[in-house]
Amino acid sequence: MIQQIVFLVLLIGFSALFTVNIRQIKKNINLGKDVDRSSNSKARWKEMIRVALGQSKMVHRPIAGFLHILIYVGFVIINIEVIEIIIDGVFGTHRVLSFLGPVYGFLIGSFEILAALVLISCVFFLTRRNIMRIPRFWSKEMKGWPKTDANLILLFEIVLMFAFLLMNASDSLLVAMNSSYYTVEFSTPISQYFIPLIGHLSEVNLILIERASWWFHIIGILAFLNYLVVSKHLHIILAFPNTYYSNLESKGKFANMDSVTNEVKKMLDPNIDPFAITDDTTPERFGAKDVKDLSWIQLMNAYSCTECGRCTSECPANQTGKILSPRKVMMDVRDRVEVVGKGIKKEGEGFDDGKSLLDSISIEELWACTSCNACTEACPINIDPLSIIVDLRRYLVMEESAAPMELNNIFNNIENNGAPWQFSMSDRLNWKDE
Amino acid sequence: MSQLIVPTMAELMAKGEKADVLFWVGCAGSFDDRAKKITKAFVKLLNKANVKFAVLGTEESCSGDPARRSGNEFLFQMQAMSNIEVMNAYEVQKVVTACPHCFNTLKNEYPELGGKYEVVHHTQLLKELLDDGKLTIEGGSFSGKKITFHDPCYLGRANDVYEAPRELIQKLDAELVEMKRCKAKGLCCGAGGAQMFKEPEKGNKDINIERTEDALEVKPNFIATGCPFCNTMMTDGVKNKEKEEDIQVLDIAEMIAQAQNL
Repeated sequence: MIQQIVFLVLLIGFSALFTVNIRQIKKNINLGKDVDRSSNSKARWKEMIRVALGQSKMVHRPIAGFLHILIYVGFVIINIEVIEIIIDGVFGTHRVLSFLGPVYGFLIGSFEILAALVLISCVFFLTRRNIMRIPRFWSKEMKGWPKTDANLILLFEIVLMFAFLLMNASDSLLVAMNSSYYTVEFSTPISQYFIPLIGHLSEVNLILIERASWWFHIIGILAFLNYLVVSKHLHIILAFPNTYYSNLESKGKFANMDSVTNEVKKMLDPNIDPFAITDDTTPERFGAKDVKDLSWIQLMNAYSCTECGRCTSECPANQTGKILSPRKVMMDVRDRVEVVGKGIKKEGEGFDDGKSLLDSISIEELWACTSCNACTEACPINIDPLSIIVDLRRYLVMEESAAPMELNNIFNNIENNGAPWQFSMSDRLNWKDE
Repeated sequence: MSQLIVPTMAELMAKGEKADVLFWVGCAGSFDDRAKKITKAFVKLLNKANVKFAVLGTEESCSGDPARRSGNEFLFQMQAMSNIEVMNAYEVQKVVTACPHCFNTLKNEYPELGGKYEVVHHTQLLKELLDDGKLTIEGGSFSGKKITFHDPCYLGRANDVYEAPRELIQKLDAELVEMKRCKAKGLCCGAGGAQMFKEPEKGNKDINIERTEDALEVKPNFIATGCPFCNTMMTDGVKNKEKEEDIQVLDIAEMIAQAQNL
């Protein structure tokens, strides 16, 4: 009975904490400007099923993709076990799903195999991150917390899988001993290899190990759930809405700024008296200086990013030694929206710390982008760093007039002679007679 | 060389005629010495296939692409709206261009501002002409040669056009060799996003050199391009590697025209 109460308190406590934290993240995401991506829901479902559920872009890099799928499938399927743990925990039963008979034994056996595959994959990923010097895991933005975060996630998963297997090993030993409480037989394709380690222990000690593993497994999962909100690992949830709401149009199409269209129409319309306009359509700011100027989709992108760095490793600017890293752009946006979100929570809507996104993303980074879309193509969950880079450029150019000098020259040329170079418009057809 | 026939939309209108397709030449195609050769080669092919086309001539202005990519939305929209006004006045239905940047902008970004046209890249139109039997492609001097195609970002990744240029190259009787990074994975030449017009940021290499190395790896006789800016970047890259004796950078339209001694 005590156990059930403790279990319920933990379950409710952790779930409540998770709800509160997720609500805060949702609030933070909604700091972004509204943009309508509700249309075409059929194509959106398809994209989500293909890219998030089907992991279609992960396998562009076959080894990492394959191992990722193992962990993903393992994670999803082993969580069926969590349903059982929760029922057992609440009602004080033991392996309640065992009424399934031989199917149950088979299920547990296949969970074990998956757990082993997850274990192997995680060990490989740890090695890959820490021993093999893959450049994208060693770049500047991955120092400190991002690196620790990545290692913690992998260690967490390894420990959880161990607990699951150890629980099964001790349970099966107790079954063999005809221990009163342990009566459910199941197949132990992997956990049988733990038996040499604990086979000599007494019944009491085995019960202790079984119970400890059980509690560790479920508390671990509940804790991990709450760890997501401060971790890049949040992608396991947000990958789904992120792909659903991703850009389905041609990658080359940049979002039109309707606020500018209004202005330009006024400028081009000779019938409008510029002094007669009472203007309430002009936005506070053209382009983006801080996270609130971005759209909620761009902010959700930032929370969805798991910092795999495929974008950065495909970026032509990054490959040739420029400081631009699309991954860093996404990480900077998340860090900044966290700060702004906390600030608003504390000080209210008027929060202003005198800083902006441009304090972490430098002008040099922004102007190094060739807008080639390699980053958006590479992202396994359709994150769009390019749109953020362009919005920040828009702010620099339209609000600060801070374009590089050469670009100001081409702006002048385009405006005056209709071409980026200083040629006269009247010479535009000269080529045909040359 | 026979004289190029290049009517303008205004001339046709004066005669009470209409073009089937507007050839959007673009700034590079109009003013850049290297790109003008591509423009002329394409016109030769249009003439040969008896395509009823016209250009805007002095009424054409920058599509606004470099302005939009670099964040100058005002300038972009001013350009777009005045171009749209001109094109709509001529009741343009179909547009062809040899510049993927103009192609992308006209195709994807003009509709929202009132300019709705069928926009095709010149390799797509050439492919159409070929399929309709209006144009024949011979191998000529390209027969048996190794050609690699550099995908322009704004044609490939941005608009998923990968096959038309490749089919044309294969019609040249040439061996199409793919770089290790091609199609959706193709590496940028370094010119996009208005980079063409500015010095690159500090780094350890120029992007066009990195891309040229990709091309050199497959030991081609020719690097085929479908974009005037890629053409410049790749030509510079080949020169930098002192390979200009062995490898020529040509637009696909130039190759087809040259193969037939046009």
